Amino acid sequence: MEENDVKNKFKAIVIGGSAGSLTVLFEVFPALNPVLNVAIILVLHRKYSGDSSLSDLLSTKTSLPTKEIDDKDPILPGHVYLAPADYHLLIEKKNIFSLDVSEKVNFSRPSLDVTFESAADTFGPSLVAILLSGSNDDGTAGLKAVKNAGGLIIAQKPESAQMAYMPQNAINNLEIDLVLDSKEISDFINNLNQ
Amino acid sequence: MIEDEDIDLLLNDVFEIYGYDFANYSRASLKRRIIRLFALDKFPSFAELRYRVRTEEDYLKRFIEEITVNVTEMFRDPSFYKVLRNEILPNLGTKPFIRIWHAGCSTGEEVFSMAILLQEANLLKKSLLYATDLNPSVLEKVRKGIFPLNQMKQYSESYIASGGTKDFSTYYTANYGQAKLNEDLSEKIIISTHNLVSDSSFNEFDLILCRNVLIYFDKDLQERALKLFDESLGPLGYLALGSKETLKFSTIQSRYKQLDKEKIWKKTM
Repeated sequence: MEENDVKNKFKAIVIGGSAGSLTVLFEVFPALNPVLNVAIILVLHRKYSGDSSLSDLLSTKTSLPTKEIDDKDPILPGHVYLAPADYHLLIEKKNIFSLDVSEKVNFSRPSLDVTFESAADTFGPSLVAILLSGSNDDGTAGLKAVKNAGGLIIAQKPESAQMAYMPQNAINNLEIDLVLDSKEISDFINNLNQ
Repeated sequence: MIEDEDIDLLLNDVFEIYGYDFANYSRASLKRRIIRLFALDKFPSFAELRYRVRTEEDYLKRFIEEITVNVTEMFRDPSFYKVLRNEILPNLGTKPFIRIWHAGCSTGEEVFSMAILLQEANLLKKSLLYATDLNPSVLEKVRKGIFPLNQMKQYSESYIASGGTKDFSTYYTANYGQAKLNEDLSEKIIISTHNLVSDSSFNEFDLILCRNVLIYFDKDLQERALKLFDESLGPLGYLALGSKETLKFSTIQSRYKQLDKEKIWKKTM
């Protein structure tokens, strides 16, 4: 692909992770450029704690504005958004988030598949989806939907993951575009749309 | 592959034939629910799903049940109930009479949680709890007051975390894997269908709870529902929303003051 075709091609990066994924984010975030022209959307499996301390913690790792999502928040480039615990996260066509408390998917709410599939439907080829460390099947079906919609799919290098199962499952079942460790993920994001 | 145009046609049928208007529901969520139902009931084509909805009223019932989300629990977000218990109810308790509206109550777990709080505060006798939903099938469950027994352990933990001090099992009778809540909790519950999309205000309330319902509406419909709540709240009444719902996009916000932390707003004028 010519460089001109790539310029501003991507509008959003959805990063999904489970057990062991925070470690990666804590390495990726401080290395990110202070200004990006894509939105970063994080969907992480975590236990419901009733407060928003994770987004506070993440915001100490990056100068990008970081917030936990409220229903119908707009999606702006250069911002980091965190899916709230105990809700599925969906993307509306008008670049707006929607939340949903329907049944768990893959024993998870938020489910990575649910957000990947919804983001694929909205962003199509302008989406990058990244699957990080974890120990269940969530994410693979969603990456497939992203790929089918023309988006780019990335898995964390299993040997660099605390829990290799989740990215490995995607690698085994799909044609993954890129397999990257945390350093390579931050480089990739920084060079996106350049 | 189901296209957005297919969804539009189906929703149009449902409105024209049965009067249920889903046009302003959050489209991403609604589409996912419809695709899920399509897969669940193994339709060979989307046209067949559409035909079945158009021609079978019984199937329409299933359609409504499956595309609306009816996941709810007792004492969800215990810290929210703690604020109700310690701050809101003592305040409402000074009134001669308390009217509460659970809008979009689904199967009623929150209504019964409220009835328990009111009973413990000795306020249930002078209260009325209006439980409404667009879906008649879920209201049948509110009427019965029977919930799966295997949920009770978690509800009991949430009840304790909300500041409850009783043995939670005194609130129900266990039988054949089910928990029947005590009859006296139901005595002040008034059950009725009400559609936030198409129905209007029907009373004046001191407290309106509508938690994790507005997330299924687009911004226009949210605004409409919030105006309906505004019209239905008495002076200094309270509005409670879900933990990620907000008044920040609404024109009614200027008349409301949010309590510390929880998603509870007090009407100030």
